[in-house]
Amino acid sequence: MQHVSPVRIPLVTSGKTYHDVTEDVCRQVEAKPNIRWMAALSVALFFLGVFLYSVYRTLWYGIGEWGLNKTVDWAWDITNFVWWVGIGHAGTLISAVLLLFRQKWRTSINRAAEAMTIFAVICAAMFPVLHMGRPWLAFWVLPLQNTFGSLWVNFNSPLLWDVFAISTYFSVSLVFWYTGLVPDFATIRDRAKGPIARRAYALLSFGWKGGAKHWSRYETVSLILAGVSTPLVLSVHTIVSMDFATSVVPGWHTTIFPPYFVAGAIFSGFAMVLTLMLITRVVFKLEDYITLEHIALMNKIMMITGSIVGVAYITEFFIAWYSQVEFEQYAFINRATGPYWWAYWSMMTCNVISPQLVWIRRVRYSIPMTFVLSIIVNIGMWFERFVIIVTSLHRDYLPSSWAMFSPSIIDIGIYVGTLGLFFTLFLLFAKFFPVINMAEVKSILKYGVDNGPTYGGPNTGAQQSAYRPTGAPASAPVNYNKHD
Amino acid sequence: MQESPKYWKGIEELENSPEFLHNALSEFGIPMKESRPSSDDTVAPRRDFLKLMGFSLAAATLASCEAPVRKAIPYLNKPEEVDPGIANFYASTYFTGQDYNSVLVKTREGRPIKLEGNPESPVTRGGLSARAQASVLSLYDGARLQSFAINGKAADKDKVDQEIRTRLASAGRIAIVSHTIISPSTKRAIADFAGRFAGVEHVQYDANSVSALLRANGGVVPGYDFSKASVIVSLGADFLGTWISPVEYAAQYIVNRKVSSEKRSMSRHIQFETNMSLTGSNADVRAAVKPSQMGTIAQQLYNAVVSGTMPAKPADPKKDIMANALYLAASELKAAGNGGLVVSGSNDANVQALVAAINASLGTAAINAAAPSYVRQGDDQRMANFVNGIGNYGAVIFYHANPVYDHPMGDKVAAALTNKGLLSISFNHTADETGGLCQYQCPDHHWMESWNDYEPKRGFLSLSQPVITPLFKTRQAQESLLTWAGNPNTYYNYLRNNWRGILGGNFQAGWDKAVHDGVATGTLLPAPAAQLAPAGQATAPTAKSAGIELAIYEKVGLGDGSEANNPWLQELPDPVSKATWGNYVTVPRAMAKEKGWEQGDVVKVTANGKSVELPVLIQPGQAQGTIGIALGYGRTKAGMVADKVGANAFPLVSLADNALNYVATATIEATGSREPLAQTQTHHTIMDRKPVVQVATLEQYIKNPKEVTEYEKIATPDGLEKPSRVSLWQDYEYKNHHWAMAIDLNSCIGCGSCVVGCQVENNIPVVGKQEVINRREMHWMRIDRYYSSETHKDSFEDKGKLSTYALMEDPSDNPQVIFQPMMCQHCNHAPCETVCPVLATTHSTEGLNQMTYNRCVGTRYCANNCPYKVRRFNWFSYYSNEKFETVNGHMFTDLGRMVLNPDVMVRARGVIEKCSMCVQRIQLGKLEAKKQKRRPKDGEVVTACAQSCPTQAIVFGDLKDPNSRVAQIWRREDGERGFKVLDAVNTQPNVTYLTKIRNSATSEFFAPEVEKAEKKAEPHNA
Repeated sequence: MQHVSPVRIPLVTSGKTYHDVTEDVCRQVEAKPNIRWMAALSVALFFLGVFLYSVYRTLWYGIGEWGLNKTVDWAWDITNFVWWVGIGHAGTLISAVLLLFRQKWRTSINRAAEAMTIFAVICAAMFPVLHMGRPWLAFWVLPLQNTFGSLWVNFNSPLLWDVFAISTYFSVSLVFWYTGLVPDFATIRDRAKGPIARRAYALLSFGWKGGAKHWSRYETVSLILAGVSTPLVLSVHTIVSMDFATSVVPGWHTTIFPPYFVAGAIFSGFAMVLTLMLITRVVFKLEDYITLEHIALMNKIMMITGSIVGVAYITEFFIAWYSQVEFEQYAFINRATGPYWWAYWSMMTCNVISPQLVWIRRVRYSIPMTFVLSIIVNIGMWFERFVIIVTSLHRDYLPSSWAMFSPSIIDIGIYVGTLGLFFTLFLLFAKFFPVINMAEVKSILKYGVDNGPTYGGPNTGAQQSAYRPTGAPASAPVNYNKHD
Repeated sequence: MQESPKYWKGIEELENSPEFLHNALSEFGIPMKESRPSSDDTVAPRRDFLKLMGFSLAAATLASCEAPVRKAIPYLNKPEEVDPGIANFYASTYFTGQDYNSVLVKTREGRPIKLEGNPESPVTRGGLSARAQASVLSLYDGARLQSFAINGKAADKDKVDQEIRTRLASAGRIAIVSHTIISPSTKRAIADFAGRFAGVEHVQYDANSVSALLRANGGVVPGYDFSKASVIVSLGADFLGTWISPVEYAAQYIVNRKVSSEKRSMSRHIQFETNMSLTGSNADVRAAVKPSQMGTIAQQLYNAVVSGTMPAKPADPKKDIMANALYLAASELKAAGNGGLVVSGSNDANVQALVAAINASLGTAAINAAAPSYVRQGDDQRMANFVNGIGNYGAVIFYHANPVYDHPMGDKVAAALTNKGLLSISFNHTADETGGLCQYQCPDHHWMESWNDYEPKRGFLSLSQPVITPLFKTRQAQESLLTWAGNPNTYYNYLRNNWRGILGGNFQAGWDKAVHDGVATGTLLPAPAAQLAPAGQATAPTAKSAGIELAIYEKVGLGDGSEANNPWLQELPDPVSKATWGNYVTVPRAMAKEKGWEQGDVVKVTANGKSVELPVLIQPGQAQGTIGIALGYGRTKAGMVADKVGANAFPLVSLADNALNYVATATIEATGSREPLAQTQTHHTIMDRKPVVQVATLEQYIKNPKEVTEYEKIATPDGLEKPSRVSLWQDYEYKNHHWAMAIDLNSCIGCGSCVVGCQVENNIPVVGKQEVINRREMHWMRIDRYYSSETHKDSFEDKGKLSTYALMEDPSDNPQVIFQPMMCQHCNHAPCETVCPVLATTHSTEGLNQMTYNRCVGTRYCANNCPYKVRRFNWFSYYSNEKFETVNGHMFTDLGRMVLNPDVMVRARGVIEKCSMCVQRIQLGKLEAKKQKRRPKDGEVVTACAQSCPTQAIVFGDLKDPNSRVAQIWRREDGERGFKVLDAVNTQPNVTYLTKIRNSATSEFFAPEVEKAEKKAEPHNA
């Protein structure tokens, strides 16, 4: 049930009908892969190859292949981990929080955003495993029964909390995403011509029939999962931030980290969603579903979270001064003016200054500007994690141990390699799965309300007369029961 | 005999038909028939098929599960004293022409695995130099010659003997070239050899020559006893690091440097030197001077002490450091009287004559005339004469001497050795630069495979005994000489006979005791031959200074380079510069600035017509207008570790005034190329961080010992409290033992002996130059070295915080130095323990922070969270990754692996390791005590670092034993000098450091004003 405002700009433009939606979304699933998709996939696969090679070097020779040293024991690995986990957050926020808040505009983007979450978490999960000296023993971080006597995991360790946080996050996101996919898989199944496609989508759609009971359960499960996911948006990055906050390293040992990390995660997540959406809507001709309004809304969220992050940066400095702790103060002075000053100021420029451009309406609604901005924010957020991890570690308590970090070719290979992995997964998803939730988008179409109010253009006084109600007054609730 | 009844199996047997007989012996009696007889011979019958299949299956299975062959040879007849798993210690002596150390060799199952200092020795008093520590690896050096050889081709001993004997008989003049030999019996063997062949001449020379000192003191090194000196003035003598007998001198020196609230006095140490040496960095007053000024300084001291003409007191002591130091030295020496001592590292006979005259005038009690030292006997003039006249000799025997490498005229020796007419024999262990050119290689046993005796100082004898069967087909050099001289005696008997005179009473008992103790008293060594050149005049040499002056020095680790093929020494950071793997040109900052050099720029240094290309290292404390280059590098035929590391500086040495001159005037030009330096520490100042290290002056200490250390307090609702009063965690309760350590920063001279001792004990891998550059050295024990800075926190107000911090990163031009040994602090509230996800690092019931390698998955979170940065990660498989085969080769070969300590595992790739407080030694001590049904006594359990420390700076023990030394120090120094590093982080370490007390006017590490202000106004909130 919904109220259709005759004056509010519709979320899907060009007067799409239910059939149009199905056609538009299923087109790329059913059509032959186009050349642009093939080209993109080849590039992605190349970087996936880089990833596999770098992983091989790491596993075969050891972590020594990276640029780490006795002072800086984490650098690009955990930077990438936190960056990828953060990126994932937008997907959950869009699908869960916005669902709970009844934000209808989310329907066009939630599928891709959730997919992004899952792929980002997969990329993120590579790092905690790969950064281990002996990754083949990674299962020791699970509280499993074992034959080693009284050996057990250490529940004091934030790394262990990470294990639980990330695995929970991944499984809930996966279930949520898949639940949403089921009705759409059924649509594709019903339209499928080839036997393999029919078979495959039949399997994927779990025998969905589209019955009222199915829909009722679907709605209920979605709501429950949204309820479960919402705290995860806050908890996952909170726990990730505790990897740092519970330590004794100056620059890490900071109580502001949980909210600051969550804001940063949403910030970078929305930037990544924007990057992906802007490409997808062009490549798959989905401009009517992902409209400028969507982009502007996401820009606003990005700007707000970016400002929160900016306040957090400044608060850290204030607290360092206020605490009067020598080591803390030096850590922050060193951040801004030490050998890694360029990383700090890149972060400040990208994360705090550049999103403020969104205040300008023209920027907010400009696709090229938004695209550039989203990339800048992602770079900035990567630098944020680099700044926190490396500049805190490289000069901590004992000046004798101060050292510099520089990445090796394998560090770089693994990082761009995970980008390859991410885009490989995303491109496969975009080709074989419906990138837009057809079922939910159909629920927000303004088309199809018999005799009901339809959108009459922007709400200016002049147009008031152009709008001619054919049935009930615009303010009156629409009675769908009249449908016959 | 009644026959037993016979039964037949059947009628066939009774009949004994031929058919029956044919089958009688087969298993089934009747022939088996194939169920399906085949007419085709090529088809395998069923049974054969099954047999074949079974065989193939078994073969395939066996082949696929082939177990690696492990060589373990059980004792058929177990030697009485060897118990598997229990170490034996044998007293012995380490002397390879550099420093003398009386040692205990630790052997396990018959193989030496570690050296420890011999506490019975009155000379080295249980200390051990880094070089001696590392020498156990030289025994297993893969570069050692494995048999006698003729021109490099392995040859039979008898054949070599025969040829050599024939050729020696007609050789004419024969020279035996060696470094200093302090073995009385070896000298006698040489004398016997000389008796057999006419014209034998023994030429001794030292690569690190003190010829001028010998000339000024009648051919011997004066018997210095620094413990008797209250004022020590050193003119460039690095007596704690490299000069003559550093372990002995350090042990003496430290006697007057240790303080406690009962003994608030210290000796005064004033150092004039060019390069920043280990000794200079320990001095109370240090003046950086050019080598050319050294003569004038000696002259002025002479004038002051002998003639009574005092040098002028400078108006501004801060500006005119040298004049001030000279004034202080002169006045204090004079005041000290016989408590004064002047030593000089100069090889200028005139300077040494001045110094000898000063010491004589003072009547110094710090030179024991009855016990001069013999560890340097080299005569530069005699060696020069030999090299110049090498064409007149018919035979040369190189007795562990390598003049081609370590003598400035080495190229002449090399040229002469190509002459086929010159019989050349080498006793050297390897086919090194000289030995490789010789016609006959007759490798000597390693000293751990041989009997020998030593007399380092008159009246002090020591022995070495074989602790392992010779590994290769070598022969003791003395025995070679005796054999060639026609003496069939073994060297052991020869040696014993030589000792008969001095061990009074029952010889066998006395001998057994001497072998057991390793040391004895008595005099055996004949007086060394007088130096050829005359002693100098007690007048200052004319200062000849033009351009940049080069001072060639030795490094604490490598020394003269004879043991350069030892990776432990190559990777031991230089105590001052903290550089490993190679030498470099030390330049003062002003020079680098002026010429526009950066650290690591390669420059070409030319002196005496020879040049070397080396990278630049900016060295605070280097005298203005001077540079320094270390000897010992640039080996070409030492073995895979040392070859092509650094450049050889020996050619830059010249012969001046009949002595090797280690200073020169040099020209330098940039080459444009760069070579990164492998330093283990790249930040050099303390950044005014009092919680890390604390220093005070003796004056402050005398005034009030309770004021010298600053204790951090944290703000609580109840006011300022000790950090340990507030904690989230519960304290551990130690019921049985509580192991702890105390490190006296006043006693630590920074020599690095503990670093190697720890490396040997704990099988710590060597990682090589590139990995040190990557900051991944594995040492569990390191010595942090901090220079003082000109700028302190008190400049925050006028210079601003940012520029003050930037300036604090620069060391002073002539900084004060502090050394701080740093290893796992075994925190009671350890940050590493809480963050490990798999509980691989945990706290023991005895206070140890223990690392379970097998459980470690390698997240490195513990290393990040360690405020002391003492955790080390195994980035690679250092024992199997071919990248490390050159530098860590001893973990790759069966020969090298013999040195590994079987009580400590070799860590796998991907795990964290760190100091365990030598838990294997603790365990051994506890077990030994338990067997005797008692508690371990204090001093029974000693960590490797504490054991090797020549100055007893590290004390280890059980806090639960109230009478243990460590418990006493903890109690006594609490509130006085004892402090915990980073106390406010509340890690509650089990290691207490004792504040360094300097006998100088000021301590330049921290701003005095801030010191006072902080105490009142700056509570530390952690």
